[in-house]
Amino acid sequence: MSIVEHLPALQVAVPLLAAPLCAMMIRPSIAWPFAVLASWITFAISVALMDQVLTHGTIVYNMGGWSPPWGISYVIDPLNALLLLLVSGMAAIIMPGVRLGIGVEVTFRAQRLFFTVALLSLTGMLGIVITGDAFNLYVFLEISSLSSYALVAMGADRRASKAAFNYLIQGTIGATFILIGIGLVYMMTGTLNMADMADRLTDLHGSATIQAAFAFILVGAGIKFAMFPAHAWMPNAYTYAPSLVSAFFGATATKVGAYILIRFIYNVFGAEFAFDEMHVGWVLIPLGLAGAFVGSLVAIWQDDLKRMLAYSSVAQIGYVAAAIGLGNHDGLIAAIVHVFNHGLMKGALFLVMACVILRLGKADMTSFRGLGKRMPVTMGCFVVAGLSMIGVPFTVGFISKWYLILGALDAGMWPVAVLIVMSSLLSIIYIWRVVEVAYFSDPPDDVKVQEAPAMLLVPTLILTVLCIAFGVATKITVGVAGLAATSLGVYP
Amino acid sequence: MSEVLTYITEHAVQWGAVILLMLGLYIVMTRGNLIKKVIGLNIFQTAVFLLYISIGYVLDGAAPIVLEGAERYSNPLPHVLILTAIVVSVATTSLALALIVRIQEAYGSIEEDEILEHGET
Repeated sequence: MSIVEHLPALQVAVPLLAAPLCAMMIRPSIAWPFAVLASWITFAISVALMDQVLTHGTIVYNMGGWSPPWGISYVIDPLNALLLLLVSGMAAIIMPGVRLGIGVEVTFRAQRLFFTVALLSLTGMLGIVITGDAFNLYVFLEISSLSSYALVAMGADRRASKAAFNYLIQGTIGATFILIGIGLVYMMTGTLNMADMADRLTDLHGSATIQAAFAFILVGAGIKFAMFPAHAWMPNAYTYAPSLVSAFFGATATKVGAYILIRFIYNVFGAEFAFDEMHVGWVLIPLGLAGAFVGSLVAIWQDDLKRMLAYSSVAQIGYVAAAIGLGNHDGLIAAIVHVFNHGLMKGALFLVMACVILRLGKADMTSFRGLGKRMPVTMGCFVVAGLSMIGVPFTVGFISKWYLILGALDAGMWPVAVLIVMSSLLSIIYIWRVVEVAYFSDPPDDVKVQEAPAMLLVPTLILTVLCIAFGVATKITVGVAGLAATSLGVYP
Repeated sequence: MSEVLTYITEHAVQWGAVILLMLGLYIVMTRGNLIKKVIGLNIFQTAVFLLYISIGYVLDGAAPIVLEGAERYSNPLPHVLILTAIVVSVATTSLALALIVRIQEAYGSIEEDEILEHGET
């Protein structure tokens, strides 16, 4: 028994065990390096897992040696591996900057608890992605959700508590819907193991219970995914949460919702049931496109830039939803790649907000005046990540939109392709507003502002460089997404 | 008419769960008082627990412990699942109540309309 065999368990166990240890460390100066170390180890494990999946194929790990369907198994295929890489990678990049970022927003006493809850949230998300057991997925979903509510509530603004409360109510309703769905499937199949479920569900097409289960899971995952029109919790939660929490959630939390949707639609229920019997495409594509337009339009009018980014997320999630709904190979690649790419760019943009808030105390349009000269590197990152959000060639945003349009054309839905391009044009407006203020208006004379400290700037730079790197070298993301789509049974 | 009645009585537990589910959701959506919202959420979750527990029932099944002469047993797995879900629900409730305390401290009220009234700063 070498340690390599147990990497799937360690992937979740390392942050889970690190969390309570962090709570015991009274001084944040000790808890912080510890949390950073834990997130780096977690990231290293997910890199190793990705390597194993690419060389040996899907890994099935039986927890405690109990074979499925009795025991809980962890299943890692290319889709899981990519999501694990995204979630743990984001944690590894953002965690070092957290100490400075939360210094202005979270009290000294609460900081060690901040690290504890952040690690728990990481554990939950990794668990959702890695597990092959439906009920286990619900439990991890609640672990990540409960810690998310607590993290949002740690924002300095008093509205953070109210935002966290609303998030809690809606998040719990979403998770409970998923629980009902899983219960109904269990009622019909007698199993909780996803692979086993998928097997037994093929004989149950046409059953009203299964149809209801599918609807419950679709709505529940839609709420968690902040899919329009169930996105109401997100703008406030992202606006009032501490900036680094917004960066981490913006990059990962909704992506995990997308994962649940993809896994249940394509894997557990099967594309045939979802598309031919439930016509899920007719739900996801119109709602996705509506979300893309509404999100972008609302984003244009926002004065608070964190809120603007949150509405921009509503739009980007709309693209992912539409891509999932296309149901063909290119569409699914677009969904998976966009989940990954949007994580990179939204992470970078929220980190820019964290830098600005650290120096200026707030991130609204007036505080951005003349920042192009005063914080050149930070604003450079904003421009690059912003271009990526629009979908300019040689950025990650272009790659995912390219596959999305290919998918739409492949499905014979050219109006969808046109609408995607049109809504992308809207994102030019909200990114340009900020660029215009930052570069073409004079800074106020009375405020002295300098570049953000390296601890925050380096993570921002890393994510920005990745936005370009994965836009040029698409082999990794698109390659893995292609493998993932094939392993989900969607062939070109 | 009698067919409808038998349909309802045969699925009495499921109907009960659905009614509780709707009641809970209605309370969450319509009440402005945050505590009442949490109570509604609890009713909503309890309905799901009932639904799950009813899945485990096997006709003429004995309690799932080894018994002399028992041939059929109830399925204990849904019960175990619900134990976990109850723990989650307790955690959610306590976190919600903690947030309500903070909202009360910050706004001086737990009525949603009053919070919105002087809440835009």
